[in-house]
Amino acid sequence: MSILVNRDTRLVVQGITGREGAFHTEQMIAYGTKVVAGVTPGKGGGWGVGNVPIFDSVQEAVSATGANTSIIYVPARFAPDAILEAADAGVGLIICITEGVPALDMLRVRAYLDRTSSRLVGPNCPGLITPGEAKVGIMPGHIHTRGSVGLVSRSGTLTYEVVYALTLRGIGQSTAVGIGGDPINGTSFVDVLRMFENDAETKQVVMIGEIGGADEERAAEFIGTHMTKPVTAFIAGQTAPPGKRMGHAGAIISGGKGTAADKIAALDAVGVRVASHPGEIAEMVAALIR
Amino acid sequence: MKLQEFQAKRIFGQFGIPVPLGEVAETPAEARAIAERLGGTVVIKSQVLVGGRGKAGGIKLAKSPDEAEQVAGRILGMDIKGLTVKKVLVDPAADIRKELYLGMVLDRGSRRVVIMASSEGGVDIEEVAAQTPEKIITAAVDPCLGLREYQARDLALNIGLPKEQLGKFAAICQGLYECYMKCDASLAEINPLAILGDNRLVALDGKMVLDDSALFRHADLAAMRDEDEETSEEREARANDLSYVKLDGEIGCMVNGAGLAMATMDIIKYYGGSPANFLDVGGGAKAEKVAAALRIILSDPNVKAVLLNIFGGITRCDEVARGILQALKQVPTQTPMVVRLVGTNYEEGRAILAEAKMETAETLAGAAQKAVAAARAQGRIA
Repeated sequence: MSILVNRDTRLVVQGITGREGAFHTEQMIAYGTKVVAGVTPGKGGGWGVGNVPIFDSVQEAVSATGANTSIIYVPARFAPDAILEAADAGVGLIICITEGVPALDMLRVRAYLDRTSSRLVGPNCPGLITPGEAKVGIMPGHIHTRGSVGLVSRSGTLTYEVVYALTLRGIGQSTAVGIGGDPINGTSFVDVLRMFENDAETKQVVMIGEIGGADEERAAEFIGTHMTKPVTAFIAGQTAPPGKRMGHAGAIISGGKGTAADKIAALDAVGVRVASHPGEIAEMVAALIR
Repeated sequence: MKLQEFQAKRIFGQFGIPVPLGEVAETPAEARAIAERLGGTVVIKSQVLVGGRGKAGGIKLAKSPDEAEQVAGRILGMDIKGLTVKKVLVDPAADIRKELYLGMVLDRGSRRVVIMASSEGGVDIEEVAAQTPEKIITAAVDPCLGLREYQARDLALNIGLPKEQLGKFAAICQGLYECYMKCDASLAEINPLAILGDNRLVALDGKMVLDDSALFRHADLAAMRDEDEETSEEREARANDLSYVKLDGEIGCMVNGAGLAMATMDIIKYYGGSPANFLDVGGGAKAEKVAAALRIILSDPNVKAVLLNIFGGITRCDEVARGILQALKQVPTQTPMVVRLVGTNYEEGRAILAEAKMETAETLAGAAQKAVAAARAQGRIA
């Protein structure tokens, strides 16, 4: 097993004719992901990279191909609309890669999604991958290997760093999920931790958080009360100054809240082992396997 | 993006919130003219984007146009927490009977815009929150319904506002909410919202922070950016679409990805060094962008060593390597550099850099240790 994406994933790419969309569609197909449709309004009836049929709307794509998952590469100003369109077409899992979506747009989008049965991952995320089955995102596929460690992260390249270190040690991953670095997103740490707890293949979990917000604190509470599987964590931004946004819109210490120290203390209190630097994570995970 | 007090209050005024009828002066003579027009006592307020202006001597009363000119002369050019005062706001002095607090933020946990009100205005609201949290009353707004009038009235009642103020307070709340949503704010704050001697409610101070991601649809607001508030490095970074924050340390960092950039800073600290900056070159960074990033880092005189940590995914290591060489041609430097390239096209990248004779590293920990050692060695030479 695994979570969220697998061999049965039938993917529709929203924004397939854009530069990013086209490049990553090729990469996903090369990895073995079943990309069944693309959507670019006005270009329906044509063919995209990898001979993927293009439709004018998500609804048409879903009706014609049975797509059950969508990935979004459209520019930030069109992304809220793209997410809502996918939800209204009944797509169950929507992954939004786009960075820089206005926070108040996401506020309304998320409020709407909560009334549907669709799950959004992102925005501003690298996507997710179940090694050997489906890559739905922009991560380099070749650094992953299949195994029993579940990963969940707010960051992109930092996740690659950790995955690569695990792979070099011969430790594989069940699914790696990037939930994104924005203040309002679709899927939280707790959502993913719950899925990993219920997934038979996942034996332990790595959680990579960063400064800002309180999603890590809520994750700590959930781990303390609901999780039996061991969790190893890292929190980026221990040296970040308050009041400065560290790249991600969500990575900011404001009003003295959201510091790395608070998050580490909360995780520590429920028995999560917290690495002091990313290089330690793979060691800590390996120690649990032995 | 943060707005100055006078900008925030002007915008509040457009949404029906009562604000003082002051104006902005850039010279003492202008301040005098505004004071003459307003008549009576005025308050002269430095316009800089830092807290604690009053304590720093940046806010003063003046009883006459003469005094206004003198006071403005002292405040203009003043240094407040590293920022030079270039503008003052000249407002009519207010007869304050009571100071309230009213603010709005996006609460990530509840995914709602939350309104906060308090009877304890005029002071640092974070202190009120820490010491007497019961004095801050909050209400969450459903994004589909918007702020309802009863919610605003409840806030007023719960902070003990007299009944004759309910309607006025509710209207100000509605105005601020409308302003928050229309401007794509991430924070809007009136502190103090003052009850004056004649029972009027007036926003004496104003603060707004805008969502940078939404500025594309607010050309008017984006034009309000005060470039004087940015360092030249920050300006260059913004022009090149780089995410850069200057820090006080001696090891410059260039990393792709915000999380990895923070982790790189953390590991430098772990090995006893201290980062000079946060810099995310972003995904798919091309050679020109890498060159700009390196120029920005090397322009910081505190930098004794540079650590480049690139995990290739969308970003190709050979592109990054070419950017490094390009930058070194533009800005020749003796500053030692440690480069770590992993992922897409790393062999090509390393081959390109071989001619530059840079120190390379396989792991992040190894790279950090080498950078710290290099910075120490430079420190001894200097």
